[in-house]
Amino acid sequence: MTIKVYGTKESTCSQRVYLALHEKEICDYHIVHVDLLKGEHKRPEFLKIQPFAKIPVYQDEEVTIFESRAIVRYIAEKFKDKGTTTLYGRNLKEKGLVEQWVEVESQNYNPPVDVIVHEEYFNPKYWGATKPNEQVVQENVSKLEKVLDVYEAHLSKNKYLAGDFYSIADLVHIPYTYFLIKYTTKGHVITSRKHVKAWFDDISARKSWQKIAKEYINES
Amino acid sequence: MASLKVYGKTYSTNVTRVLTTLAEKNVDDYQMVPIDLLTGANKTPEYLKLQPFGQIPAFQDGDFTLYESRAIARYISDKYEGQGTALSGNTEREKALVNQWLEVESQNYNPCAGKIVFECVFAQILAGRPTDEAVVKEQLEKLEKILDVYEARLTHHKYLAGDFFSLADLAHIPVTNNLINVAKKGELFSSRKHLNAWWEDISSRPSWQKVLQIIQAGQQQK
Repeated sequence: MTIKVYGTKESTCSQRVYLALHEKEICDYHIVHVDLLKGEHKRPEFLKIQPFAKIPVYQDEEVTIFESRAIVRYIAEKFKDKGTTTLYGRNLKEKGLVEQWVEVESQNYNPPVDVIVHEEYFNPKYWGATKPNEQVVQENVSKLEKVLDVYEAHLSKNKYLAGDFYSIADLVHIPYTYFLIKYTTKGHVITSRKHVKAWFDDISARKSWQKIAKEYINES
Repeated sequence: MASLKVYGKTYSTNVTRVLTTLAEKNVDDYQMVPIDLLTGANKTPEYLKLQPFGQIPAFQDGDFTLYESRAIARYISDKYEGQGTALSGNTEREKALVNQWLEVESQNYNPCAGKIVFECVFAQILAGRPTDEAVVKEQLEKLEKILDVYEARLTHHKYLAGDFFSLADLAHIPVTNNLINVAKKGELFSSRKHLNAWWEDISSRPSWQKVLQIIQAGQQQK
């Protein structure tokens, strides 16, 4: 099976897809680099596969799909007996909880983290921004802290978000959280919360993420 | 006594997303437990045990609790797989496309449409201030581009994930109803032929008609 991922090595959304593939012990996929700075994502050839002009896009012989969390769900289902088999839970209720926490990530967690990481890291590095908008950063830090208080309470009773098993609910958090800690001044929101920190240390130590951290992320 | 419970109020599009899913699966035997954001009922310790972010809806199936409307909708679709409308796709490919368009709704469509509805309809009641026209203008510009993509998609497919109605279409219904009928932004749809046909189709489904009646009954109960 030939798998292509249209994206970049450093894109956090693309990294969710690589993570899922690694958890399924699939490492021989091809990254088709889409140069955002040159506007390749807005060209007609790319818009044919992703009409919203975003990365990543996943392609194998059977499907072409976009939206990283949809791709991750597809990988979890398609390769369910390979590699980490708990990615989608083991029964209806576990799957329900996995879906709940993927939605929490997408609706509550990711929006403020996305803003902070873009303001402090991606915008200056790639898009010519001179300095972060401090008010915007602070507003989002406040939102994120309230969300993380809930995570802290939850993770004090559960090893992983959906229960006692690692799933795509944990996975989808990893890329942006890694960037938040390593490349912004706001990582303390994670590291100051005992159970959130322990959870993130655990899930980011997995081989699936270490490969991305060591080989894909530009450490310069 | 119904073992299924939906906590919330029908003015919430997230709640009515769940009610519409139940209706599509022919599941009638559930109880609505009112949790009114306006009275702070979502912030009581008892409710926070069910939904620690203090949002509505929350859902219970016996002693199993779930929250996040799209997760609840997926659970209902899975649990009642054998009855009502098949909402999640049948093949791996169909499921992937349903999930893709559900993500588009959640990441692209809903944030824009939701902000427009909030500014035009709820800013005064909930935030005690007039509509911020700059926000409405900015969000409308984004939404127009998104809807152009939908129009192109729906030119070639009857529904978003293909030729079958799914959760991906359903998820759009409550907010779109508010956008068109309450915020009066119907022109966004009536100016796009295939998008409009899609909207006419999905909003005339018995499931949504039933939920509209539930919403009206709820409004009369004040």
